[in-house]
Parts: sequence; structure tokens; C-alpha cells
Amino acid sequence: MEILAWSAVELAAKIKQKEVTVKEAVEAVFSRIEKKEKDLNCYVTLDQEGALKRAEEVQKKIEDGTLTGKLAGVPVAVKDNMCTEGMRTTCSSKILSDFIPTFSSEAVLNLEKAGAVIIGKTNMDEFAMGSTTETSAYGETKNPWNEAHVPGGSSGGSAAAVAAGECFFALGSDTGGSIRQPASFCGVVGMKPTYGTVSRYGLIAYGSSLDQIGPLTKNVTDCAAVMEMIASHDTKDSTSIKREDTDFTSVLTEDVKGLKIGIPRDYFGEGLDIEVKESVLAAAKALREKGALVEEFDLSLVEYAIPAYYTIASAEASSNLERFDGVKYGYRTKQYEGLHNMYKKTRSEGFGAEVKRRIMLGSFVLSSGYYDAYYLKALRTKALIKKAFDEAFTKYDMILGPVAPTTAPELGKSLSDPLKMYLGDIYTISVNLAGLPGISIPCGTDQKGLPIGLQLIGDCFSEKKLFQAAYAYEKIRGEFVLPANRKGGE
Amino acid sequence: MANIISDETIEYVGILAKLELSGEEKEQAKKDMGRMLDYIDKLNELDTTGVEPMSHVFQIQNVFREDVVTNGDDSENMLKNAPQEKDRMFVVPPTRD
Amino acid sequence: MAKQYETVIGLEVHVELATKTKIFCGCSTAFGGAPNTHTCPVCTGMPGSLPVLNRQVVEYAVAVGLATNCTITRYCKFDRKNYFYPDNPQNYQISQLYLPICRDGGVEIETEAGKKKVGIHEIHMEEDAGKLIHDEWEDCSLVDYNRSGVPLIEIVSEPDMRSAEEVIAYLEKLRLIIQYLGASDCKLQEGSMRADVNLSVREVGAEAFGTRTEMKNLNSFKAIARAIEGERERQIDLLESGEKVVQETRRWDDTKECSYAMRSKEDAQDYRYFPEPDLAPVMIDEKWIEKIRADQPEFRTEKMARYKEEFGIPDYDIEILTNSKHLADIFEAATALCGQPKKVSNWLMVETMRLLKEKEMEPEDLCFSPENLAKLIGLTDRKEINNTVAKEVFEVMFEKDVDPEKYVEEKGLKTVNDEGALRAVVEKVIADHPQSVEDYHNGKEKAIGFLVGQTMKAMKGKAEPGMVNRLLKELL
Repeated sequence: MEILAWSAVELAAKIKQKEVTVKEAVEAVFSRIEKKEKDLNCYVTLDQEGALKRAEEVQKKIEDGTLTGKLAGVPVAVKDNMCTEGMRTTCSSKILSDFIPTFSSEAVLNLEKAGAVIIGKTNMDEFAMGSTTETSAYGETKNPWNEAHVPGGSSGGSAAAVAAGECFFALGSDTGGSIRQPASFCGVVGMKPTYGTVSRYGLIAYGSSLDQIGPLTKNVTDCAAVMEMIASHDTKDSTSIKREDTDFTSVLTEDVKGLKIGIPRDYFGEGLDIEVKESVLAAAKALREKGALVEEFDLSLVEYAIPAYYTIASAEASSNLERFDGVKYGYRTKQYEGLHNMYKKTRSEGFGAEVKRRIMLGSFVLSSGYYDAYYLKALRTKALIKKAFDEAFTKYDMILGPVAPTTAPELGKSLSDPLKMYLGDIYTISVNLAGLPGISIPCGTDQKGLPIGLQLIGDCFSEKKLFQAAYAYEKIRGEFVLPANRKGGE
Repeated sequence: MANIISDETIEYVGILAKLELSGEEKEQAKKDMGRMLDYIDKLNELDTTGVEPMSHVFQIQNVFREDVVTNGDDSENMLKNAPQEKDRMFVVPPTRD
Repeated sequence: MAKQYETVIGLEVHVELATKTKIFCGCSTAFGGAPNTHTCPVCTGMPGSLPVLNRQVVEYAVAVGLATNCTITRYCKFDRKNYFYPDNPQNYQISQLYLPICRDGGVEIETEAGKKKVGIHEIHMEEDAGKLIHDEWEDCSLVDYNRSGVPLIEIVSEPDMRSAEEVIAYLEKLRLIIQYLGASDCKLQEGSMRADVNLSVREVGAEAFGTRTEMKNLNSFKAIARAIEGERERQIDLLESGEKVVQETRRWDDTKECSYAMRSKEDAQDYRYFPEPDLAPVMIDEKWIEKIRADQPEFRTEKMARYKEEFGIPDYDIEILTNSKHLADIFEAATALCGQPKKVSNWLMVETMRLLKEKEMEPEDLCFSPENLAKLIGLTDRKEINNTVAKEVFEVMFEKDVDPEKYVEEKGLKTVNDEGALRAVVEKVIADHPQSVEDYHNGKEKAIGFLVGQTMKAMKGKAEPGMVNRLLKELL
């Protein structure tokens, strides 16, 4: 019995059928963690004791019929920027090294309600600022496909943990591609839902107008099942949206006949790795062969998304991160003279270089005399980008393209040139600006054996269409064997 | 580089953001910020005349709570993570000028 | 001839709204809780917490806007104001800069110089900060977030005032309007109404405004008047000696009667406002405005007319009673209970006013209930206590709102109506004071007053003076 080769939905079904217990599933995950974690470093915090205790409770509830959901009893990992009551939550930052939340984020509560077993908190780029999980204060995470490469970011720990079998699925957050890009680099499925679909309550904010929580899973079915579980209208989050159409697993059929798919020419230009390009276009061709109407079009404005994004996200981040000041929680510098010196030393010692870089840029673009030229200009650009998508969706059900221009880069090659790193977000970022849903599905590997991701972008609230197409594509593609499925995870 | 960030600007942003940078960090920050702003200046190619700045993507309006007390005394939890606490309050360096 | 200067004043008035809960969370706004007991993740700025707007805050803000003749902004938003200070747990305050809820209003004030209009530039909603307590022993400050997130409206006037007298008249006017709306109790001392004064001076006849300063920490009308005078003189002195007024924020120290600049090197005063992404915009349609308008309570002028018609009390009484919403409420409730408007009014006009003055209190601070005042009036009506005792009881009620019936019972203050017992005391007083008895018989009418006093003393005040008089006259 190779428990770790099962998907989350399969595992839950087998638990229900008493082929395996929740405890056995948790133990399987921890034995894999014991074997792989020192090499991969997917987690910042693990809670084996708590998970085993919880496994027993969940097992009872499954047996007495109080827990019947599609994911009851499944071990899950949570990105370390979501508050978990009583479990350390660091955002992979020194400034929150000893922070223990007194409440859990709504998404985590939804997981618990459904009977998932939280085993730990995954590593990430500090405060979700980065594309490689190398800006973590707790060491970088390595790509399970090739440990000389990064897993992507910022939800790199979550993506790597799923790929390596160190959990059955994970939650991540996506502000500019932070779920889809690591999913692509690690060969797993990742979805960034429509803004407002998953409550942000308890998610430690980076760019509030862009942040969304979403799943990282082994396949599309798991992804839809997790989405059903975490999508909820939350009165504690003023940007949460009430949706009736969250029965995402109901659309998992292979039928894509008549589905109108647009391929933006702008996504296949300069900078796109040839292997990625061919792999993604092959996926489009496969969908066409199944009856989808696929055509190229000009989306426009693509090159303006990155500058607009970094202006808006940095501005919001500079404000969101002001609360980390050594007064109420978290790190406080040991020696200081007076209040402002305490603030400055605490923050300078507590934040890493990338976080400081974005805080400074964000403070600058909001400062007196620059607000109109930078911040408002970026908000106007955002409006134009949204309009371009609106127009595209009058013609197409969804947009198909790559997730990232390349496969996972080698460790240590990205941080020295931040701007170059930012350019890697070109295909994911506009989705956040426009509040759209996007999904990343593995569509092949390159010559080095590193996964390539296909991205489908839908109009607001069109997750069901995305799941339908993604599921159909997954069937066409056939099995995509993750490191997790290999015996012993090797 | 079109945007030259002066020492004064970095100093000023440090005051706003409450960050204290070493000499070396400052030089790096000047370079990084200048480059980023050059890149952001690309937005000036776009004519956005008459375009309303979009702060919220969706037209969600009027999200309210009713005026009903739902929270009790949770001071213990609120103080649990305090770096320094005294008499059930957060301790900070003296604020009196 | 020395130059003549004119003072130009605008006010920023912060009013704490009378909601039960804070602006963005379900914590109580009640005063006086132990430190940090009215807090939650939202109002202490915990990572991951999010604000949700209290509907009542919008309704109060609109009500104040309508009552001050403002235009209501149909589509308004919140903005973040960023600055680091420990009383502000997120290090940004949620406020409104770009689209405040009310704009372009004004109220009419009246001073000895006559009537004039003071314009209101805007009213915006925002959250209050926590409280800092200075620990002198350990040279540190302590933060209590109980007030953090209490809803405020900030009413920003135009620079239309020219004297402290006009400023006070404007504040009194605002206070009365807001109290009548029930939107706030507007107590300056407790800080539920606070005024920052923007002041500049210019030569009489000059067109352009001078450079203004902003003064904070003004917690009484007297302090405001003194601060205005002090700042006017300071600015004139600067100009006369050829110096310039610096635009800055100053803190008024009322004990030293001087102000000092608050600015420090670390305080850039660059608030980096931007739209609050965590809150949805507020859309206020005509229907909602009309509902708020329809729900507005009776205002002062309407109340004055009704009092005249319904209760027939003197104009002077009406003027005083309606000058405080709280006082008017007590008057109406007590009158409804005992049916004697004139008597209720007398208690409020005479004894209440005397005690308020003596204790330097505001009518808003009155704690006795209308029920107890009505009971007290009942006791005197039934002649169960005499007026002297009634005044004593009232003083106790004024302090701690005791039930006068119980109090009179417990303390044994009831008037003795037993004529036999009283007759015995009167007889003894006559026997003990032969000199006074003789004086009385010799035509000194005043001597009887002394004998009445002695009898009351012997009765510990619990006699009905009319009966004492009658018995004395009879027995003498």
C-alpha cells in the first residue's frame, strides 16, 4: 500500500472505506518528512503531536458519521502566512519568529471543519515577497524534482511539500502568482480564485487588494474539492463575496466541446523559453483536438502589468507591514534609545532585504509629491488592464498561456537582480490586478526534467469553466508522476 | 538611469518606513529604487487621461456590521504575544517629549 | 500707530459617536473598563485581522451632516493615514481623505456681535487611537487599546471665525445639534468632543491669510479661549519682531498657559494616504438619506415651541432647559411622571444649576434619574418632608442618584405630623426660652422666628413649619 501515491480525494475515500486510518495517513506523511525534510526544507513549523491527536478525533468523527466530506482525514500543510491558533506563524520572517496567533484564519477553520488534519506550516518567501522561497528567514526550500533548483515562490514550501509527498495538499496565497508559479515549478496544480472567493481573514496581508488564498494539489480533482471546502462568504472580511456556484467538483467532465479559448500572442513573445512555449502550445492543440475553439488574439497592455503591480503591491505592503513594530507582538530589538530608535532597529533587524526593498519603494510611491505620478497612475493602469480582460472575455471563455517564462531556476541565481526576478511574474500578475481566477496545471517537463506549467485564466467567478477545461486537459495529458509517487519519494 | 535617488530621499524614506540602513545598504537601496522607478516610469507611455483610478476591482458596496457588542474581555489573548507587558498594558519607550 | 491684527480661526472638531461598538469591530465602546479589556484582534492590529464597518457610524455621520446643512457624498470611501505611534496599533489610522462622507455645510452662530454663518468644509469618519499612560517610575509608557477603534467624526470648519467668543459659540452650537441627534454626548472633559484650533493672524484689511498653526490638547472651553488668546499674541509678537510664523502643530499646556511645537525629526507629517483596500466603498442613496432624515429627533427650536405650548413654563426656563439635551430629557421624563412641569423646572433651574456651578460640572454630567426627581417632588407634595429636608435629600441624589423615598425612610427624615408630639416640644421650647416669650409679648414679632428655629432644631428639621407656627401662636 503506497499511501503517499494517492491523491487527497482518493485518500479520503479509502479512509471512509476503512482501508486506511487517518493516523496511518499522518504517519506516512511524517515518515516521508523525516526522510526528505532536511534536504527540502518545506516547513517552518511541524506539529506531529498535534496532528496525531487530531487524527484520532477526526477518525472518530468519520466513523460516527459526523464528518463525511471529500477531504475528511487528509493531512494538509498551510502556508506560514495564515494564522493558526496556538501554532507559530512566522511569515518566514525573523520579525514574527515567536508569534503564536490567538485565532485561526477563516480558510484554516474551513479546513478543520471539513476534517483535514493540519500537520505544519510551510516555508515561503518572507511576507510572500519573492518568487523563489529564497527570501525566507528560515532557509530556502528546494525543488523536489531537482534540489539544485528553487521550488518557486512565494508558496514554495507548499508546492514542494505536495510534490514531495510531505502532505496531501496545501494552502498557499497568491498576490502576483505565488500559488500558480510554484505549482508550475513543482509540477502540481494550483489555483488562485476570483478575488473575494476565499476569506482573507487571518491571512497576514501583503497586498490586500491582490491577495487570495488557494489550493496546491496533486491533481485537478483535489483542487476542485479543496476549493469547495475553502470558498466561503465571511462577514469578517469586507471584500468577501457571497457565491452560490461553489460546487466545483460537479463540473469535472472531459467535455470541452465548443469551449472558446483565447491565446494571447503577447504571452508568447520575447523572453519565453522555447521548451515552455512548445509544451504550452501542445496543450492548446490537445484541447482543440477535443473540440475546444482555440484562437490567438492580442490582449494588449501585458508589459504594463509588472510596473503597475509592483507599485500597488509595494504601496499596500508598506502600510500593511507598519504594524510590525515591536510593540504588540513579534521581535523587538534588544537595545534602543527611545521610541523611534526602537521602531527602526526592530524593523531593520526583523525584516530581510527584499521586504525592506518593497517597503521603501511603497513608502516612496505614496509619499507627498509622488502619489499621483506613481500610485494613481498604477491604479489607472490597473483599470485599463481590467478593461482589456473584460473585452477578451466577451469573446473567450478563458485565456490559455504559460505560467512562467521558464522552468525553475537554479538556487542562488535570482536574488542578485530583483528586477529580472520580477519580470518572471509577467503572465501571472495581471490576473491579480484584475481579480480573476487562474489555474496552473503541469503540461510537461523540460530537458532537465523540470516541470512546465500551463495557465488557464477565466473571467471573474468562472472557476467552474476553468476546472472543466483543466480536468479535461489532465485526462488528455495522462498521468504526471510526482516525486511523491515514486517509491520512497526518490 | 533616469531616476537618481539622493541620500536625502533614502534618509526621508527611512523616516517614513522606520527603517535604518547601513551605509552599504543605503547605496544598494539607492540603486535598487532608482532602477525600479525607471521601470515603473514605463507606465508613462500609457495615456490614462480620463481613466478613473481603480482601487477596488469589484463593485461591492455597503458591507456593514450591526452595532451589537459581540466581543468580551479578551485581554489575556491580546497581550499574549507582547514583547513587554506591565499592568495588563503594552510597554513602550517613553512617549512624552 | 501700532498695527491692528485680525485673528482667523478654523476648527477641527473630533466627536466620539455614541455607538455601542467600535467602528470596525464588535468591541464595546463603554468608558472605564480595565486596560485592554475592550479589545480584539481588529482593534489591537493583530496580523490577519480585518475591519468591518459599523452601519450606525455611517448613519450618525449622515445625521450630523444633514443637521449641519452638508451635502452627503453618495459614494464615499475610507483611506489609510500612515504614521507610527504606539497608540495606533496598525501604525495607520483608517480615516477619510479623498471622499469624506459630508461636505460644504455650515451652521449659524450668534454672539454679542450678531449672527453669522460658520462654514463646514467637510465631515469625515475615522477611528480613535488608544490611550498612553506614562509610567514615571520606570520611564516608559503603557498602552491601553480600549479606546482604539472608537468611532469618531471629524468636523472641519472653514476659517470663518474671528474670536474666541465665536469659536465657543460655534462649539456650543455643534454640541447642541449633536446631542439632540443622540449621536454623541459631546463631553469635552472626557474627550468625547475635542477641538484642534487652526489659527493665523493678518493685518486688518489684508486679503491673504497668514501662516496658520494647529493647536491640540484643548479639553475645555476655557482652555480653548486661553489658547486662542495665547497663540494670537505669540503670532503677533513674532510678526512685530520681524519673524515668521512657522506652519506647525503645537500642543497647548493649559497649566502653563503656553504652547510648544510638537514636531520632531522623526515626524515627517507625510501621511501617505491611499484608499483602504480592506473596506468596501459606502454608497448612500436618496432613500437611505430620507430615512435618516425622517428618523431625526426633535431639534431645539421645535422643542422650545412645544414646551411653551405644552407646559406653559417661562421662556427663560425653556431657554435653560433646552440648552442641554440631557437636561431637557430629565425635565420631560420627570414631568411625565409627576405631572408638575413648573416644580420639575424649579428643581432643575435652581438647585440643579446651583450645584452644577458649585461643582464645576456640565448638565451632561447629571446622574440623577427623572424617576427619583419625580419621587422627591411627590414627597414634598404630600408634605412628607419639608423643603429644607428636600434640598438635603436632593444634594444626596445629585451625588449618587439615591431613591429619595427609601433614603428618607432609612434616615428617618419624615416630617412629624403628630400634633401631640409636636405640641409637647413646642411647650418645652416656650418654657426654656422665657426671654423670647417676653420679647414676643412685648411686640417683637421676630422673636417667634427664633422660637420656630429652636423647635425645628429640637425636631431635627422634621417638622412642618406651618404647623410649628400655628402651635407656637396658639400656645403663646
